[in-house]
Amino acid sequence: MPHFQIKESPKTYDVVIVGSGAGGGMAAYTLANAGLKIALLEAGPMYDPAKNVTQLKWSYESLRRGAASDFRHFGDFDAAYGGWELEGEPYTHKNGTKFDWFRARMLGGRTNHWGRISLRFGPNDFKHKSIDGLGDDWPISYDDVKPYYDKVDRLIGVFGSPENLPNEPDGIFLPPPKPRLHELFIKDAATSIGVPVIPSRLSILTQKINDKRGQCFYCAQCNRGCTVHADFSSSSVLVNPAVATGNVDVFPNAMAREVSTNNEGRATGISYVNKDDMQEHFVRGKVVVLAASACESARLLLNSKSSMHSNGLANSSEVVGKYLHDSTGASMGGFLPQLVGRKRYNEDGVGGMHVYTPWWLDNRKLDFPRGYHIEYWGGMRMPAYGFGFGMQHTNGKYPGRDGTIKKGGGYGASLKDDYRHFYGATFGMAGRGEAIARKDNYCEIDPITVDKYGIPVLRFHYTWSDYEVKQARHMKQTFAEIIDKMGGVVTWGNDGAENDYGLEAPGRIIHEVGTTRMGDDRKRSVVNKYNQAHDCKNLFIVDGGPFVSQADKNPTWTILALAMRASEYMIDEIKKQNL
Amino acid sequence: MDRRKYLKSLIVGTAGTGLLLESCKTEVKEAPEQLYQPTIDRTVEEKAYERKLLNEKFFDEHEMKTIAILADIIIPRDDFSGSATDAGVPDFIEFIVKDMPKHQLPMRGGLRWLDLHSLKRFNTNFVSCSDEERIRIVDDIAYPEHAAAELSQGVSFFNLMRDLTATGFFTSKMGIADLGYVGNRPNQWDGVPKDVLDKYGVSYDQRTLDISVKFT
Repeated sequence: MPHFQIKESPKTYDVVIVGSGAGGGMAAYTLANAGLKIALLEAGPMYDPAKNVTQLKWSYESLRRGAASDFRHFGDFDAAYGGWELEGEPYTHKNGTKFDWFRARMLGGRTNHWGRISLRFGPNDFKHKSIDGLGDDWPISYDDVKPYYDKVDRLIGVFGSPENLPNEPDGIFLPPPKPRLHELFIKDAATSIGVPVIPSRLSILTQKINDKRGQCFYCAQCNRGCTVHADFSSSSVLVNPAVATGNVDVFPNAMAREVSTNNEGRATGISYVNKDDMQEHFVRGKVVVLAASACESARLLLNSKSSMHSNGLANSSEVVGKYLHDSTGASMGGFLPQLVGRKRYNEDGVGGMHVYTPWWLDNRKLDFPRGYHIEYWGGMRMPAYGFGFGMQHTNGKYPGRDGTIKKGGGYGASLKDDYRHFYGATFGMAGRGEAIARKDNYCEIDPITVDKYGIPVLRFHYTWSDYEVKQARHMKQTFAEIIDKMGGVVTWGNDGAENDYGLEAPGRIIHEVGTTRMGDDRKRSVVNKYNQAHDCKNLFIVDGGPFVSQADKNPTWTILALAMRASEYMIDEIKKQNL
Repeated sequence: MDRRKYLKSLIVGTAGTGLLLESCKTEVKEAPEQLYQPTIDRTVEEKAYERKLLNEKFFDEHEMKTIAILADIIIPRDDFSGSATDAGVPDFIEFIVKDMPKHQLPMRGGLRWLDLHSLKRFNTNFVSCSDEERIRIVDDIAYPEHAAAELSQGVSFFNLMRDLTATGFFTSKMGIADLGYVGNRPNQWDGVPKDVLDKYGVSYDQRTLDISVKFT
């Protein structure tokens, strides 16, 4: 490097935002529409599913027939660039514990990948300590967030059905799609044993909501990104309209290094490295908003040390990085003998399940404190890499087309026909549950390791407790009961105590939150109830970091609602010259 | 072919398997720059990596020949569609082992195991066997629950070969059509067809019909 200097952007922005996922996209959208000048930093490239197309492509258009690669861990057609490991950007673990960290470096971040499951937290989810004495209550209640959930529903669009359930608040819903065949079987079986099955709640447009976005055409491929923007991703639905206001400059491939502060401890902007030319830059802003993801934002804060902020920025409480928690996950799958040789028709549907199970039991009567919801899948999907694997375990167990059971495995015309015969008869289900947020589950700065940009990396310390293991056991019992009732056969996921009932490693569900949690007590929390740092009033955090507890829901809808709420507060405070 | 001569032919035909090979190593020829124009979104890094793989060669000619014969034994032409080789399965297998190195050793070693097993049974390699001999060899390893215990490594190889062949075939254009997958196109999902509901004795309740998306 012949000449090492920091290039400072000539403009001072009203707000500098780090990260363009759900939180950053919503902040950019809300603030830009209020006329504020925004710099939006994104660590990956620009992305638009209308231009970067994998939707409606066939398996054979992928050299690896849709299999996962180091570049796309959820398969070759998945919209998300990235995965559990990024080249040159390691993370480490403490005391042999496990945490897997999924990162998607691209415009829109991980909203390009997710299942569009858009659940509101319920009244109990904000006040769980008051119910079971564990963790902490949020400093806000459902009533504080409800108006923003309503606005998010209208702005982005979500389908679902009014169910009037106590802790699953109804939204402003578009009509849901009808269940698929296996979903009808699941619904009948589950409801007969007291497990409710209701239409899923996904941010997919089953009706047009404006002229900018199209309507779902039922290709089942939301994870590939939608060319007509009929599903929610931050890039399509928030960032692009924000840029259209003329108030937003997007800085792609900008890897944030630290938040700069002045002598008074105020945030002054972000220094970053431009990944294209490896030049160092600084972008100045009157307000700084972090939305880099719960762990990445915590990392930024911890790496932003100064005389005023010696523990890292906004960390006088020493809570930054603590209370990290991901959803629990366990799954099971099977085979429905009655579905072999089924009639072919197009049952792609929307990208994801048409029905799901919200948490339905009273934890006071159970041996674990928090609930879970159940997601379902199955049916006649586009065959991709992995199709037909392990046929020897199926065709030796169940009768073929001629009604007789043959020797498992084989070859030739008879084997070829087995693949047709058994196609579309498999299904699966997965629980996604709430873990207790604990101070001793955390990420911190690794004292010796840096990434390829020279930025100190995160080190994770995370263990599950008995609560989560018992919850996973309950999931498996429930799944087995439903499958049995359906007349299905469990073919995988029949785990026991020896492997914690198949409880996934922390991080695998990609719902990690809690690292910069909110609270009224500045000694025990990082941000206040408006996502504003206690220690630095012109600094806000609007990703999953401020969550006090994760609930048995997916976090995105709450990230969006809180980011909108925080942004409106910012606008107000800027008007009052309080920031 | 006597055993000695055969062993030599086997060695010539199989790349990268030990010291004996050194003397008969052929010059590695640079593959011509492949034209690779993906029809799906690729990042710069993906394109570069895939182009690199396409320019590399993993299996030698003898191995490819063996793979093609095995693939067509596993998925032959029938009344509905062509065979595995008609659907380009050997090329898919060549690519996927480069992309997924975990398959390389099981495939290379498995092919070698197959040739040695053929040698023991019919005194020649698998490719040189008659159709009938090949089927007898495959019968030895195609049925995991019934195969002789001492052939378990062959069974394991054949399981992998069956998996890769089936996946390669049924993800090809021909295979998807054969399977009857009729999605991946814009449409309107208005529920399970009536005759299918009737067949399985299930139905949509009135509330579901009332609240679900409707098409005109």
